[in-house]
Amino acid sequence: MHYNSGDTAWVLVSAALVLFMTPGLAVFYAGMVRRKNVLGMLIQNFAVMAVVSLLWVWVAYSLAFGPDAGGVGLIGTLHFAGLAHMGQQVPGYHGAKAQTIPPVVFVAFQMMFAVITAALLTGSVADRLKFGAFLAFVVAWTLLVYAPVAHWVFSPEGWLAQRGTEDFAGGTVVELNAGMAGAALALVAGRRRGWPNSLMRPHSIPLTVLGGGILWFGWFGFNAGSALNAGGAGTAFINTNTATAAALLSWLVVEKVKTGKPTTLGAVSGAIAGAVGITPACGFVNTEGATVIGILAGVASALAVNLKFRLGLDDSLDVLAVHGVAGLVGTLLVGFFGTASSLGANGLFYGGGASLLAHQAMAVASVGAYSFLVTWGIAAAIRATVGLRVSREQETAGLDISLFEESAYDFESATGQRAFGAIGGGAR
Amino acid sequence: MILVTAVVKPFKLEEVKAALQEAGVAGMTVSEAQGFGRQGGHTEVYRGAEYRIDFVPKVRVEVVVDDAAAERVVSAIVTAARTGRIGDGKVWTTQVDDLIRIRTGERGPDALR
Repeated sequence: MHYNSGDTAWVLVSAALVLFMTPGLAVFYAGMVRRKNVLGMLIQNFAVMAVVSLLWVWVAYSLAFGPDAGGVGLIGTLHFAGLAHMGQQVPGYHGAKAQTIPPVVFVAFQMMFAVITAALLTGSVADRLKFGAFLAFVVAWTLLVYAPVAHWVFSPEGWLAQRGTEDFAGGTVVELNAGMAGAALALVAGRRRGWPNSLMRPHSIPLTVLGGGILWFGWFGFNAGSALNAGGAGTAFINTNTATAAALLSWLVVEKVKTGKPTTLGAVSGAIAGAVGITPACGFVNTEGATVIGILAGVASALAVNLKFRLGLDDSLDVLAVHGVAGLVGTLLVGFFGTASSLGANGLFYGGGASLLAHQAMAVASVGAYSFLVTWGIAAAIRATVGLRVSREQETAGLDISLFEESAYDFESATGQRAFGAIGGGAR
Repeated sequence: MILVTAVVKPFKLEEVKAALQEAGVAGMTVSEAQGFGRQGGHTEVYRGAEYRIDFVPKVRVEVVVDDAAAERVVSAIVTAARTGRIGDGKVWTTQVDDLIRIRTGERGPDALR
């Protein structure tokens, strides 16, 4: 088999870029939690990198990208479990879609997507899960939710891919999936004690800005790497940047109009919403499409962050609003802005009629519903057996001290005592 | 002896310190404090969620002085800390029964000099 060295190099680099997004996500989230839960957030994300990495090479990759079981497009077989048969091409990639990289490179690249998707869920249930229960959840969730959904959409043998759903880099598989799963997990786990009346403001916006910057950087691997070749990656690369920029600004405009002031956290959040929104679309649209998708993803997410208060759902760091909503918006907008002049089918605005939009809507509905329901089931099962949440005392003391016997920061005062943080108070 | 305690705006600390030195005070204790009076707190907005912050940062200054100097010290603080806007803080006085300089064991007003 002859592989293209340029393509292989680009996808390897992209895999490393996507891996780096998870520590980026970890600090992005860690900045938004209170000081007593910083390490609890960081270790969950770091542990996901380990757990999902092993799970992926031994089982989950094969479920997602292995030869289809029964030809119905629901799940792969265990043919590639333990990375067996890596001399065989990845099933379904024929003709124009034929891969020019070694299958094991594809394994590594896709692994990083599985890692960060599970890691995204830590934001929905910040500050309250038992560590072991969380890890058990991640194992079950990756096998029962991530792998099947990746098979449906990413594998050319999946039922949604077969019907014409277009998802360039994971608007459904990663973003909508994480948003809906996060909401279900937060629903089963319950609210943080005191939410929404007590003060739970971010302890370090600078950390969140740094994390957001790492995510923006890594997203070039995530999106442009999904071209799976170097020559075709440019469109996805520039569209990613365009939409991210547009959403950063549109989120700030929404804030200015709603509350009178743009915020730093809003700027970072907008950038992430834009990168999320363009994820399913980046290779399928042109500059117009990328700009409009970015603007709309930023506006939709900025408006959606208040939804959790109306629902009474403590999706602590807004995974549903930022990833779920922007992922949904981007996936549906492919149905309007998709253009064959980039790649894929024409959408509604480029003479392709409504059929692409219908395929996108079908993917949104099926992935969203499956993700929410199965996640709810897994979380409920764990809650009923080993329990999901830490005790009241542990939650009040913070996960850092109560679960890990560590503190994120050691700012000593002159007396040698740890300095106390700001005394909180007041309602939203 | 009198303990003079002042809670003032943090940015006024340097002026209060200078005024106290001017008034002949030989030492003082300064600590960060948080609280509210008529000024109340302020609001912060994170991703559209408004948080009411009840306690605003202040600085607490404590000095012990001779009875005779108390009035002069109090007015020095009041003059130095005043901006005329809400949130300037408070000054109050408390009787002190005894005072010991730890190094020498001197007691009472002698320990102040």
